[in-house]
Amino acid sequence: MSIDPITLSVIQAGLQQVCDEMDLTFSRAAFSPVIAEANDRSDGIYSATDGALIAQGNMGLPVFVGTMQYSTRVLIEGIAEGLVAAPKPGDIYIVNDPYLGGTHLMDVRFAMPYYRDGEIFCWLSNTGHWPDTGGAVPGGFSASATSVEQEGLRLPPVRLFKEGELDWEIYRIICSNIRVADQRIGDVQAQAAALKVGAARLDELLGRYGDSTVADAITELRGRAAQQMRTYLEEIPEGTHRASAWIDSDGVVDEPLEIRLAVTRDGTDVTFDLAGSSAPCMGPMNSVLATTLSSVYLAMRHIFPEVPISAGAFEPLHVTGYEGTFLDAQYPRPVSGCAAEVSQRIAEAVFAALAPALPDRVTAAPAGSSGNFALGGHDPEKKRDFVMYQISGGGYGGNADHDGLSNGCSTIGISKAPPVEIMEAQFPVLYHHYALHEGSGGAGLHRGGFGLDYAVELRRGQATASFVMDHGRTGPQGALGGADGTVNKVRVIRGGEVHVPPHLSKEQDIPLSPGDIVHVRTPGGGGYGDPLQRDPEAVAEDVRLGRYTEAAAREAFGVVLAGGQPDLAASKALRAG
Amino acid sequence: MESGQVIGCDVGGTFTDLILMDPATGEVRIAKVPSTLDDQSRGVMNAVAEAEASLPDTALIVHGTTTTTNAVLERKLARTGIITTKGFRDVLELGRRTRPQAYGMKGDFKPLIPRDLRLEVPERMDAEGRVITPLDEDALRAAAQQLLELGCTALVVHFLHAYRNPAHELRAGEILREIWPNPYVTLGHALLSESREYERGVTAAVNASVQPILDLYVQNLAGSLESGGYGGELLVMNGNGGMVSARRVAEEAARTVMSGPASGVMAAAFTGRAAGIPDLLTYDMGGTSTDVALIRDAQPAVSNEIEVEYAMPIHVPMVDVRTVGAGGGSIARVNAAGLLEVGPESAGATPGPICYGRGGTEPTISDANLLLGRLDPARLKSVEGGVTLQTVREIFAKKLGEPLGLSPEEAAEAVIQLANVKMAGAIRMVSVSLGADPRDFALFAFGGAGPLHAASLARELGVPTVLTPARPGITNALGCLVADLRHDFTNTVGQPLDTLDMGELADTLTAQAEEGRALIAREKVEITDVQVLHSLDMQFIGQTHLLRVTLEGPEISRDALQAAFEEVYWNRFQVRLPAIRAAVVNANTSIIGTRNSLDPARLIPAEHRKPTLAEALRATRPVIFDGQTYETPLYQRDLLPADATFDGPAILEQMDTTILVPPGDRVTTDAIGNILIHVGAAE
Repeated sequence: MSIDPITLSVIQAGLQQVCDEMDLTFSRAAFSPVIAEANDRSDGIYSATDGALIAQGNMGLPVFVGTMQYSTRVLIEGIAEGLVAAPKPGDIYIVNDPYLGGTHLMDVRFAMPYYRDGEIFCWLSNTGHWPDTGGAVPGGFSASATSVEQEGLRLPPVRLFKEGELDWEIYRIICSNIRVADQRIGDVQAQAAALKVGAARLDELLGRYGDSTVADAITELRGRAAQQMRTYLEEIPEGTHRASAWIDSDGVVDEPLEIRLAVTRDGTDVTFDLAGSSAPCMGPMNSVLATTLSSVYLAMRHIFPEVPISAGAFEPLHVTGYEGTFLDAQYPRPVSGCAAEVSQRIAEAVFAALAPALPDRVTAAPAGSSGNFALGGHDPEKKRDFVMYQISGGGYGGNADHDGLSNGCSTIGISKAPPVEIMEAQFPVLYHHYALHEGSGGAGLHRGGFGLDYAVELRRGQATASFVMDHGRTGPQGALGGADGTVNKVRVIRGGEVHVPPHLSKEQDIPLSPGDIVHVRTPGGGGYGDPLQRDPEAVAEDVRLGRYTEAAAREAFGVVLAGGQPDLAASKALRAG
Repeated sequence: MESGQVIGCDVGGTFTDLILMDPATGEVRIAKVPSTLDDQSRGVMNAVAEAEASLPDTALIVHGTTTTTNAVLERKLARTGIITTKGFRDVLELGRRTRPQAYGMKGDFKPLIPRDLRLEVPERMDAEGRVITPLDEDALRAAAQQLLELGCTALVVHFLHAYRNPAHELRAGEILREIWPNPYVTLGHALLSESREYERGVTAAVNASVQPILDLYVQNLAGSLESGGYGGELLVMNGNGGMVSARRVAEEAARTVMSGPASGVMAAAFTGRAAGIPDLLTYDMGGTSTDVALIRDAQPAVSNEIEVEYAMPIHVPMVDVRTVGAGGGSIARVNAAGLLEVGPESAGATPGPICYGRGGTEPTISDANLLLGRLDPARLKSVEGGVTLQTVREIFAKKLGEPLGLSPEEAAEAVIQLANVKMAGAIRMVSVSLGADPRDFALFAFGGAGPLHAASLARELGVPTVLTPARPGITNALGCLVADLRHDFTNTVGQPLDTLDMGELADTLTAQAEEGRALIAREKVEITDVQVLHSLDMQFIGQTHLLRVTLEGPEISRDALQAAFEEVYWNRFQVRLPAIRAAVVNANTSIIGTRNSLDPARLIPAEHRKPTLAEALRATRPVIFDGQTYETPLYQRDLLPADATFDGPAILEQMDTTILVPPGDRVTTDAIGNILIHVGAAE
């Protein structure tokens, strides 16, 4: 077989277009703001034989970059072994079991076999983050869960749509086990509609180029993506590059968890060895293997954004040594923190290991937390219960080109934070400030970006506050001599008394009364390069803008200011030490 | 129709275009002169001179300007300060916690107003508009004084929840009128009275920081025109495709951002209406990017939520023009996988494509068109740098042909094919995101490179017809000439349909219409007709995205509205949700004062037209399509008979563009100078 390279490029663009259109349909039709606004979803096309990723939408949430190929493979294997009902045209499977190629329970996957001439040509699959799937706390992020049953309803792969019709019996079982079930039908239909749009667009593509040409092209593209990735991997010096990244605690036992990573390039392939990482933990900071692998892939795609998202691109990347660690969680370990937090820490380990090896491409560590603060309670004025989520950004790492971005979104996400005005309109809260976290960017030739500093007061009724954040103990790592970013800080002011969570970044169900205040400062990004090399004018500018104090300019950057201007002679002397 | 001459003039990045129409004689004159970007008014006056326009005899001048667009995109802004609610001065810098791309952790963002010019004062409303902290007027005065001393010439006041209760902003406005030395004070709620503090704040900050610049420019221009003897009204195009008097345009300067692209779309709507093809996708391909917009029933889609670049939302009504990152200068290369890629890198204007002769050495889309004979190789004679067709061939052979195992010409065709597939995909995403199937539209092709690619793109998209207007190179100026007066109103409703007071809704829509009629009556412009368009932005309860439902009039029953919404939803998603009720989020009214400003038949003078096709034939040239070389006829476009019908392959050349008709397509011409390509309709 030989397909000309032009047809290959054209088919590649066509497959990408199918996925992008699925992403768009899903978001536009969805009800849940997590999907509709925050784009916490992803759509793709997967191989009929092994579930390998053929193409995935460009607007999907990065954390899903590798997960659905594992869930699709598990589904295919389950069907072959008779554990899962065999498919018919028009069927759509639903599954959210984390241990079957997933993330956490809230990420609900749909998979639809796509038929040509009575045979499955490929699978279309998507993932959407449902606002709730039952469990101990609304929204599913229980910081103190010790088994998956406390986290929500777990669905094995079952056919929610049978030959095009929704199975109301299964649907009602689901609805009886989740909160705010009345709107779920809208999201279920949106998620299915996206797959159907994908099927219709695939019909057109196959009709135009022919089934066998497209099938051959898919095979060929997979090989070529691997070749392309290998070309980029050659930029990494041969040998082993090591780093560790730390999670504050699992939320239950107050001990840090280590991700120990050794990245080795050997010839054309690269191994990411996780041996020596911490053992499985009691609390919800375990990661299932699909998420662990996906986190490595998404970190590499942040480093090499040019490479298409496909199984071929992942082929030269080998992840090893995870057996027996918290990065390969087995039933019934709780896993709600894996997608939002552990994944970002795995990415940080990849960045930290490769920054010295690829100094032009890799940034110092970004804040790397979703900054999840949940407030649940009853609003007596509006006579209703509420659950509010405040996600927040943090500083990005400095890099070869410039200073880090301030208040960027999580490494694994692409979603916007809600405006203060919307939060105050919906929930009984009042923000005292929403500001730059001054001084938080790690010092460097190019400093880290700044985190966020906000304080929010409960105005009426009783409520409980929960936090699933990270980087409270150690800040995002600097690179090439840059300093770490400032740590995440949480304070709860209850009846005038300051309470700091014992685990610093994680705690569940802190009771609040009216007038109590939650004060959060998110991490700044790591600095890049020697801070003593930073342009004194740039340091003075940051001081003038109130981003750093004069003392910080002196201590962290070795710059002495006089009347707002850098005193170059004094700075030189100070820097010479 | 106005009694004197009417002029439409658009200042673009490269050229200032002018079109003049004399209703007495029916004469149309056109001028194209280089833009003068330091002071655009000089270019305008040059164009006036070039067209030999008599300013004393001119009744109306409508002007499209990129002054504000350039100021925003290049951050060449007036020094502007902002006074915010205590605790919230950093909102403009923090944004909504985003990054520029999904992948790649680099990214840079410069807030519109630097931190030292962002001051805070004690004051606070809650989300219900209740005062929590009264406005500290002394602190406000002190802050304004401080910003004056820091050299600010424009000022924004941006308080939380001012959309709900503007009392503090209004009071601040009163105080500032006493102490601020110029009128450049923007209150956050004035342009956009909607929640979301970042979007509202950026919109206000854009407005303030371009206000002095636009004001100065418009005054200069008005002065120059006046000294030339012009005594009429100067109107300026807004981004919503409507016009506003130069005397008032600076008050809401942010509305003029995107005025250029809006004029082009207005011209397309005008042409489509005249040609009886009211549903169009506009396709304006230039050197570095391509603009796409959707027109339904001769009305362009307008959006209140345009983001003009990363983290720069300007939430005032603007024609919804989406930019696709592909243009004639997009670079083709073979990547590490051995696959051809086109874009996103562009050779830009400098060095530009190889064929510009300015030192470009990367193969681009324009070069591919040249190599295939689709653009006239004779053009190379006029460029500097000694570039020949052979130079282009050699670069294509080395950079694309050898690694792909193709001849230079085959490589060039591959570049065009892939570029078309990608552009078609991008256009499809634009139309689908606006809830439209591209197959229901005709493609309106303009811009320097649009008509070269349009027929192939249409084939790719399943679009049956391509329309290229008489004067594709001066479309924006034409848009100015034919633009209507337009005012858009949006009121937040935010209620479930089941409990909505339908009478109150009708009253809201009626009041919007009355306000618009009053505004139009104030303009010194003759209009022939006033059109009122009502629509509602709706969703199922619990959703966040909106779908627009158009109404016949302000009155509608609850059941009819639910049914109308369900129908729109079905058409968009093929989903029915009978168990879920709908909600009305916004009530919108657009008032359009239609001007009967131009007879489109005059755009290509009838006296130039030849009676037969053969007389319009200039030459033939070998052109490659699908690997085959066709000796292709070259027609001079303005010589074509008004009722010609012929089949591709053909090339139609005119001063400002080249239209390519591939084999298999049929061309017809119409009485108003349009070229219609009927895809796949050749006999």
